[in-house]
Amino acid sequence: MGIHLDGNTMAGALAELFAVDVSIAVVECAGCGHTGVVAEAVVYADAPGMVARCSECSDVLLRLVRSENRAWLDMRGVVCLRLDIPD
Amino acid sequence: MARAAVLGRLTWRVGTLVAFRDETAAARTLVFQIPDWPGHLAGQHLDVRLTAPDGYSTQRSYSIASAVDGDLVELTIERLPDGEVSLYLSQVLSIGDQIELRGPIGGWFVWDPATDAPVLLIGGGSGVVPLMAMLRTRQRLASGTPFRLLYSVRDPAAVLYEAELETLQSADPTLEVHYAFTRQTPAGHPRRAGRIDGAFLAEFGFAATLTPTVFVCGPTGFVETVAGLLVAAGHDPHRVKTERFGPSGGSSDGHSS
Amino acid sequence: MPGIVSPGFFGRRHEVGPALPPGQYLVRDFPVLSAGPTPRVTTETWEFRIIAETGETRTWDWAAFRALPADDVIVDLHCVTKWSKLGTSWRGVSIDALLDGIATQAEYVLVHSYGGYTTNLPLRDLRHGQAWLAFAYDGSDLTPEHGGPARLLVPHLYLWKSAKWVRGIDLRTTEQRGFWEQLGYHDYGDPWLEQRYSDD
Repeated sequence: MGIHLDGNTMAGALAELFAVDVSIAVVECAGCGHTGVVAEAVVYADAPGMVARCSECSDVLLRLVRSENRAWLDMRGVVCLRLDIPD
Repeated sequence: MARAAVLGRLTWRVGTLVAFRDETAAARTLVFQIPDWPGHLAGQHLDVRLTAPDGYSTQRSYSIASAVDGDLVELTIERLPDGEVSLYLSQVLSIGDQIELRGPIGGWFVWDPATDAPVLLIGGGSGVVPLMAMLRTRQRLASGTPFRLLYSVRDPAAVLYEAELETLQSADPTLEVHYAFTRQTPAGHPRRAGRIDGAFLAEFGFAATLTPTVFVCGPTGFVETVAGLLVAAGHDPHRVKTERFGPSGGSSDGHSS
Repeated sequence: MPGIVSPGFFGRRHEVGPALPPGQYLVRDFPVLSAGPTPRVTTETWEFRIIAETGETRTWDWAAFRALPADDVIVDLHCVTKWSKLGTSWRGVSIDALLDGIATQAEYVLVHSYGGYTTNLPLRDLRHGQAWLAFAYDGSDLTPEHGGPARLLVPHLYLWKSAKWVRGIDLRTTEQRGFWEQLGYHDYGDPWLEQRYSDD
């Protein structure tokens, strides 16, 4: 608790919302410009929601909250998300 | 393809416990039958959701321990002190019981058998579970890709899959398994108790010049220390894939909802 | 309610008492939940600032803050993640004392923490003995993992409103949502009305 994990932790929750695997998406941090896969982001999953932070500057990249039948996803910390779409 | 995304929204399925075996005093492997299981890549995980009669519900993630085997999927659960989910799964769940599962999940921490690069697996505690899926898949495919497993574990009694690892490596010169016992070593063990350090990596791991793919899994502190050692030893950070578990080595069995 | 019931699973909770808000369960430990790395703030550099909508600003350093009279309080904590911890003892300066003398028409506040966390609530919920800037828990200095050097304590609302590592409070005439309120959590957060999410 209070310890961080990584974006692999968010993969399941994101897979409920998206038809593609967002954990392997490449994101650019809106704070510092660092790019990396969501799977390697620093994730705090103990909180009232999941928070993914940039591994370089610690700014928030994504935030996800789930209630029983609703999800809130905030991606203002990401400039751009690059996804591979299979054929 | 290892990096292929999965099309279609992931939803909960029901799995039935059909068998189990105790790996150590604190760890049990559960075998679930999951109808219409689409298969999985070595390294992927499942989310498990438990619901109490009053509606209280909680989730945890567990790495898949097995290679693809029809609709059978194995998880190895390490019982954490005061862990409400690990206690239930490793002691209460009985043959024939059903639980909700979601998966397979995760396209990053997966081994792609189509690549030729040697593979260095570094696991701390229960971090060895997804690495075992990779070894079992390699075995199933009769892959000749050179693999080395560096397994950091408290003491001999805590080793998971010991007999199987011995069998796999004794029959296969392209596979090596090396243990780092951190608290207590077996009698006659050539190294003193201690964590994986730069010297251990240099002696037992693949050199950076061989450009191996490296998978590191275990508690967050372990993963980040080892990742730092790898980069310091010259490994390309882009070739090092990491998966962090909670502080005790299993995915956080705390108060996540 | 999520799907099938898991046979024989009851969870860690041992007690669901009559004194608990709906949906809560009792814990004996003190869970640490965080949205980011624990800020490491020394009392040498610590500052707390209240900025009114007029621009009027009051600032305290640690010495000035600790020179204010403090209360010992025993309160119940209710976290939106469903755990409750009863009878916790804290020592802190009443927010009334900090607001004393600041002229304001503001109805709302936005609380700021070291590390970037924010939360919003009505200003009236910080007044009249309902809130403290707490610097000690259970007889000892508040540890960083629980929000030290000082955290907000507003026990009548869900615990995410009791911001850890507090550095300031903005008094506002319009409501601005904080970190979790932007992501669907309730603007008010009364545990007794189970106001967890914005659509509750």
